[in-house]
Amino acid sequence: MADHTILANTKRQEWMGLLARVPEEVLTALWGEYEAHPTYEWLRRPEVGGVMVRGRTGGTGSPFNLGEMTVTRCSLVLEDGTVGHGYVQGRSKTKAEVAAVIDALMQTEAAEVIRARVLAPLRQQMQEAKTARAAKAAATKVEFFTMVRGEDR
Amino acid sequence: MYVAVKGGEKAIENAHAWLAEERRGSTDVAELSIAQIREQLGLAVNRVMAEGSLFDPELAALAIKQARGDLIEAIFLIRAYRTTLPRFGYSKPMETGQMACDRRISATFKDAPGGQVLGSTFDYTHRLLDFKLAADGEVAPAPQNPPCEDPTLHITEFLRGENIIQDEPRSDDAPGDLTREPMEFPSNRPLRLQSLARGDEGFVLGMAYSTQRGYARNHAFVGELRIGKVSVEMDIPELGFAIEIGEVELTECETVNQFKGSKTEPPQFTRGYGLVFGQSERKSIAMALLDRALRWEELGEDNLGAPAQDEEFVLSHADNIQATGFLEHIKLPHYVDFQSELELVRKLRREAEGRNSPKEVAE
Repeated sequence: MADHTILANTKRQEWMGLLARVPEEVLTALWGEYEAHPTYEWLRRPEVGGVMVRGRTGGTGSPFNLGEMTVTRCSLVLEDGTVGHGYVQGRSKTKAEVAAVIDALMQTEAAEVIRARVLAPLRQQMQEAKTARAAKAAATKVEFFTMVRGEDR
Repeated sequence: MYVAVKGGEKAIENAHAWLAEERRGSTDVAELSIAQIREQLGLAVNRVMAEGSLFDPELAALAIKQARGDLIEAIFLIRAYRTTLPRFGYSKPMETGQMACDRRISATFKDAPGGQVLGSTFDYTHRLLDFKLAADGEVAPAPQNPPCEDPTLHITEFLRGENIIQDEPRSDDAPGDLTREPMEFPSNRPLRLQSLARGDEGFVLGMAYSTQRGYARNHAFVGELRIGKVSVEMDIPELGFAIEIGEVELTECETVNQFKGSKTEPPQFTRGYGLVFGQSERKSIAMALLDRALRWEELGEDNLGAPAQDEEFVLSHADNIQATGFLEHIKLPHYVDFQSELELVRKLRREAEGRNSPKEVAE
């Protein structure tokens, strides 16, 4: 695979991963403020399904099946032929649809505007929420001291 | 044997209407919303996701509401729902070493690199009823300190560095899936872990407790317990590469256990492993103890005949939906069965009475 393809895939992984995780209401609110909603045709209408999530024995060893999670997916094509895929956590068909449209637009000239107006604020909100949890966890960090016991004296 | 019966439609319909009314309770009290259950009964939601074997907090909250708080009934609803979902595929194995830890403690190393992070725990509370909760729900925001957002290394990695703990060699062998093929015995560790992860918390707890009380004791220390979010990735065929499809909250427990060594292995520590959806540390510790007990053969230990060492016994009885299905079916109409048994007992009684007092029979 050529270097530029790998780079493009890495960027696409980043935005698709972000779109998969964000809360639906945050995504649809930001998307609602973006005016230039394109027209498109469905390649695959949104469908809700399950993905079997795997862990590893001992955290590092052999894979095992832990349990499933819900995922909604869809695929569509813009008028210029650009294909967008949505793969999002949960059961929201709307969220999958918005994710697929954004995935398609990110491969067009609209990418910079979408990045600035939708993806960057999404990323920032997700990061702020993550940092706030980490900060609360940090406040519960303890140092245990073992006491000197009688028999040790 | 269960034989279908006809009739009773109206009574059943009315029973369900009354169930709906009882579920709602007094209309003088505000109705519970799904969001309230999801946000305020989070640990019940977690248990339903873990044993329902489906990570979806909204659905689990709905199931709890529908089941009137009966968690096994809620788990049943989730299991039934998940069978309707098309399977999109299998995720890549999650990297729990990359977890954003809300909690991370070690009972073995007080100076664990990365520190002891208590998180939002019930530990060290006084277990006294807090009547303030009955009065008002106002809470002060939790204190914050400068965060550390680097991944926290697993404790066992440090022991592995010293080569004094049994290794967990990385492999990419596809594991069996008990939602696809029925369980067969002898099974293997990946299948046991899948079964225990969705097993009944009470059953897994009781079996783990039996090992602590001496039925195949395995001297477990909690090497590490961590709770937090981990991202889930899956290969997407139409893209040709993997993407993150979401993140799940997990509780992971690694126990460090004693081991004398064997003919082939030098003395070293061994490991038990627990991994559960959501915040569920009782379950994950119990799972790790049971996992370790079930590894006796692989580690060259004696079969002491303890229930916790018997995988067929443990795994065949851990699933509360199978168990409750079989247990509760005996309350459904068994009239035909019972009629034939009744006939049989009457016949035996007549014969017995005939032998004991032939005169009465003659009358």
